[in-house]
Amino acid sequence: MTSSNLDAASLVSMYRQMRLIRRFEERTAELIDAGEIRAHAHLYIGEEAVAVGVSAALNTQDITTSTHRGHGHILAKGGDPMRMFAELMGRKAGYNRGRGGSMHIADLGLGIFGANGIVGAGAPMACGAARMFKNRGEPHVAVPFFGDGAMNQGVLLESLNVAAIWDLPVVFVCENNQYAITSPIAEMSRGSLAERAAAFGLKAETVDGMDAAAVFEAATRLVDRARAGDGASFLECRTYRFEAHNTALRASDLTYRTAAEIERWRERDPLTVLAQRLDAEDGWAQGDQAAVDAEVNAEIEDAIERAGESPRPSADTALDHMYAQTYPGFPAGVSE
Amino acid sequence: MTRELSFVEAMNEALMQEMARDDAVVIFGENIRGQGRGELRGLQDAYGDDRIIDLPISEAAMTGIATGAALAGGRPVVHFQVSSLIFPAFDQLVDQAAKLPLMLGGQAHVAATYMVMGCGASGGRAGQHSDNPYPYLIHAGIKSVMPSTPADAKGLLTTAVREDDPVAVFVPVRLMATKGSVAEEPYAIPLAQGEVKRTGKDVTVVAMGHLVAEALASAEALAADGIDAEIWDPRSLLPLDRAGLAASVAKTGRVVLFDDSHRSCGYAAELSSFIGETCFGDLKAPIKRVTRADVTIPFGQHIEDEVLPDRRRLEQAVHAVMAWS
Ligand SMILES: Cc1ncc(C[n+]2csc(CCOP(=O)(O)OP(=O)(O)O)c2C)c(N)n1
Ligand SMILES: [Mg+2]
Repeated sequence: MTSSNLDAASLVSMYRQMRLIRRFEERTAELIDAGEIRAHAHLYIGEEAVAVGVSAALNTQDITTSTHRGHGHILAKGGDPMRMFAELMGRKAGYNRGRGGSMHIADLGLGIFGANGIVGAGAPMACGAARMFKNRGEPHVAVPFFGDGAMNQGVLLESLNVAAIWDLPVVFVCENNQYAITSPIAEMSRGSLAERAAAFGLKAETVDGMDAAAVFEAATRLVDRARAGDGASFLECRTYRFEAHNTALRASDLTYRTAAEIERWRERDPLTVLAQRLDAEDGWAQGDQAAVDAEVNAEIEDAIERAGESPRPSADTALDHMYAQTYPGFPAGVSE
Repeated sequence: MTRELSFVEAMNEALMQEMARDDAVVIFGENIRGQGRGELRGLQDAYGDDRIIDLPISEAAMTGIATGAALAGGRPVVHFQVSSLIFPAFDQLVDQAAKLPLMLGGQAHVAATYMVMGCGASGGRAGQHSDNPYPYLIHAGIKSVMPSTPADAKGLLTTAVREDDPVAVFVPVRLMATKGSVAEEPYAIPLAQGEVKRTGKDVTVVAMGHLVAEALASAEALAADGIDAEIWDPRSLLPLDRAGLAASVAKTGRVVLFDDSHRSCGYAAELSSFIGETCFGDLKAPIKRVTRADVTIPFGQHIEDEVLPDRRRLEQAVHAVMAWS
């Protein structure tokens, strides 16, 4: 066991963050079904240990880029659940003032460059930020999160190469949840993803993505290395999404994977894995866990309530925010 | 015989029939095995993995692979799940497939079809999943069609597959589940052949894709005000049925262009310049455009509505051109 860096308080804090993400996602699905959120979302349930383990190794000035499945990355880096729910509901209090929705939530102030609707698109932006950190002699690190599917996008492979040749302070975090929508990674790539990254000249590791402590320890090594100026690296986290690709596809989920496979992975639910570890090492009682869960549930309900109180943006602001500088009649509206 | 089919079922039938007709037809796409949406349903079972080819998330390569397959005698169909996925493939579309034939001095043509699914906004898909990118490809010279009914979807897709040049088929997301009557036997709707979807004498409303149904509904409301609108659907955006459009304008003398692409350098801008240059003498009022605003589609439903062309602003524009004297 390599829990050297991790005291009980840190483990509990990671558990709490994972529970926050889990509850956020469960309630998001319910709010979609209830029509309070009028859009679909890609849920992070099952993959919480990756965002939480990695983010625990980061500080506010480090930046992340995220994916279509971004809620977990944002919460793990300190995103405010109220402003996230408000964004999902299209309200003014939302992070993007109701302009972005699930796939574009960002908080530049917290170093969250944002979710992204285009697979692989965040990785070069992380490299660009890292290049500026390096030029300015700042000790910050950039972390692009992306899926196994993104490993076959040209722009991501181009980014791996650039990060390697420039020795950028980037830690690429690949969430290998085995599928890109319905396509199994085993049929879409040959060889291991970490080996592919290594071939670009990156330091590459693979970690159990269902174990938040293990993810944290691996991420800490790679982040420290990047911060010290020793260059870019790649962390493949072996994980699994418990739910359908997105909430729109819930009905048709079982055409490409079996219930038995999902069940096997659920047995390694990252929340259970961490709770069991706390129990074994620190005698964390069932009651302690229940108290954290109750506290998180209350926080989420409070966030939803406050988000729902925020008004929707008015129609006369629909053309706002596209440009830093506008001109008379520009940008043009629907009719003259 | 005709039956009621949805848009995607009609497209599925066109693909089934063209694959049976011509062994050279192959389909490239992503996540094909889980295609719940219907346009590719059953094709893999009928024609196998060698003709219905599942790719990783690699749009640029997928599009270039199709160009190579076409140069090698294939007749590829490329399936983009969402309209914005043509953007990662942009070089292969506009700088390779579109340009190669001329640069090769006519040694070869690229008989590729691009099925651009899920075009346009549908409430809450936000900035990166709500585009109507036909002006980009039209500007690059890629033949482009956009059906407004299941019957047109089948006939236009069939033509696209048979055409020896790249043809993009833009499929409006709002219509994918819409049903309509479709003939069972194979048929093709020629390019450059628009259609009058409603005959009228007072004003020509040019509408395409999902806006055709909106324009038809507005025409009924306008009829109650004594305005008889003609609804003309180009169907084939490039090449355009210039004679068909000019004939309608000659009859009515008033034009409103109803188009869900951007205002600046959008499709309506091209139509407007054609009408202004060619039909000036027929016009009784300035041409009006009701288009998508020149901004990224914002997420929230009613701010999204504000930046999209709609019936309210179409009807206002029609009243304005009718009032002109
Ligand atoms: C460039 C691009 N191609 C295709 C899509 C459609 N799409 C959305 S999510 C997704 C699967 C992504 O798989 P992966 O990267 O493994 O992430 P996961 O969904 O498993 O978290 C696809 C193909 C897209 N958004 N962007
Ligand atoms: Mg995946």
